[in-house]
Amino acid sequence: MQLVEEIPAYGEIKEIVEKHGADRRNLLPILSDIRKEKKFVSPEAAQVVAHLLGIHPVEVNSVVSFYHFLNDTPKGKYVIRLCKNVSCMLNGKEEIKKEIEKKLGVRAGETTDDKLVTFEEINCFGLCDVGPAMMINEEVYTHVTPQKANELISEILARGK
Amino acid sequence: MKKRNGKIIFSEYTPGSGLKKAFELSRQDILFELKTSQLRGRGGAGFPIATKWMLTAAAKSDEKYLICNADEGEPGTFKDRVLLNEYPELVFEGMVTGGYVIGAKTGILYLRGEYSYLLSQLNDFLEGMRKQNLLGKNILGKGFDFDIHIFLGQGAYVCGEETALIESLEGHRGEARNRPPFPVTTGLFGKPTVVNNVETLATVPHILLKGGEWYARFGTEKSKGTKLVSISGDCENPGVYEVEWGITIRELLELAGAKNLKAVQVGGASGICIDESQFGRKLAYEDLATGGSIIIFNKERNMLDALENFMEFFVEESCGQCTPCRIGNVKLLEAVRQMKDGGIPESGMKKYFDLAETMKLASKCGLGQSSPNPFVSIVKNFREEIFHKTV
Repeated sequence: MQLVEEIPAYGEIKEIVEKHGADRRNLLPILSDIRKEKKFVSPEAAQVVAHLLGIHPVEVNSVVSFYHFLNDTPKGKYVIRLCKNVSCMLNGKEEIKKEIEKKLGVRAGETTDDKLVTFEEINCFGLCDVGPAMMINEEVYTHVTPQKANELISEILARGK
Repeated sequence: MKKRNGKIIFSEYTPGSGLKKAFELSRQDILFELKTSQLRGRGGAGFPIATKWMLTAAAKSDEKYLICNADEGEPGTFKDRVLLNEYPELVFEGMVTGGYVIGAKTGILYLRGEYSYLLSQLNDFLEGMRKQNLLGKNILGKGFDFDIHIFLGQGAYVCGEETALIESLEGHRGEARNRPPFPVTTGLFGKPTVVNNVETLATVPHILLKGGEWYARFGTEKSKGTKLVSISGDCENPGVYEVEWGITIRELLELAGAKNLKAVQVGGASGICIDESQFGRKLAYEDLATGGSIIIFNKERNMLDALENFMEFFVEESCGQCTPCRIGNVKLLEAVRQMKDGGIPESGMKKYFDLAETMKLASKCGLGQSSPNPFVSIVKNFREEIFHKTV
């Protein structure tokens, strides 16, 4: 049996936990920071957080699985999120989705084989008046067209890892 | 310079003036003005703000909280984005005022994760307020301490429900609590807590400056003041508009430059869909009550496509703790897909309407109680199109 302290990322995660304070009420900010640093909250990371907060690992897992922005499997360096709700649908998000899927060779919800790009369709993020709306990591794009999406992806691919 | 125009929220405002006015008044005076204004919660539920603040002010506790609910997740709603981006002073001064009235020292802005790009500018704004002594210790020398911090949501529509939001703030899954007890007595960490919508708080400074009586002159008999509506879909001028309560849907559509219309979804995905014959109806708590989302559909649109999209949303966003909501939304979505294939005759709809009724009655929170709304209204109002293929 591996001791929690022996998990490779232990020190790093401990630092994040201590920054916020080892208190259950800080669980979301802690997990959000781990997700930002590591791109996902691994089962090992969840174990360390649970240990430091004095709660059961299942409690951490149940929180990670609940929120859309927390994920327990790795995502690509770039996460492309396209809004899929009604207003963006009326503005033509379906054509953009097709273009992205064709260009990346993956379907919504999947990551490219080289782990560079994850493509997701997500629920409304409040840009209904300037849709179709898309996010690449934290960056927001409005009035997206299939052509614009294509160009943005070309830039990402050119930048690479 | 602000580019927007409106009678109240989008009118001229000097940052800091509402808060200065608040500290000239006693807590009772502020509650009196709010009661006179008849301001009701703008998130959609419409609970009177004066009552909510009074109940929390009256609760005995060493600690209280004021939370601003900026978890704006209803599809088709984006007014809070505009308020936080362009009018943060109104929101934050409303929060400080609320803290002063109820006796809280801590304010929390629960900002949805999707708006994380606003985070650093909002933190900068709060820092500016601290420097001007509008926030922090001994605000404006009046001996009142209050600070605001921002909590970033992690993507969950249901967290817009106040008790789910509180659960989330405590580090849990965002699952709604049973009510009662209500947050006004038993909220965050079991302490008395006010949860207000962004727009409700942003209205407070204007009411204090000009008086509750002045505010109550706008709107209708039961719906006072103005409402921010978020208009999107098939129109030339989508965006956020400040309108007086009582405006008709037809007038709104003219503002938005919408033509050749078939339907309007009022209140976002969880709202109701009306056809042209009802465009004379009014936006008001007594007629079409709404958090302010207006989605416009022109004659080219297939309403079952829209309904399928709405139901997919609820299937995904149901937190799953109540069976009627968890299973009911899946069943309604299946029904929509069958209807698209012509697989259900109109006579087969009764059991789905019964299911919708069960969901409304037996779900714990607003999500399951309102998610059948688009289903029932679209199937009823567009029955010709759906069952008789006239389009």
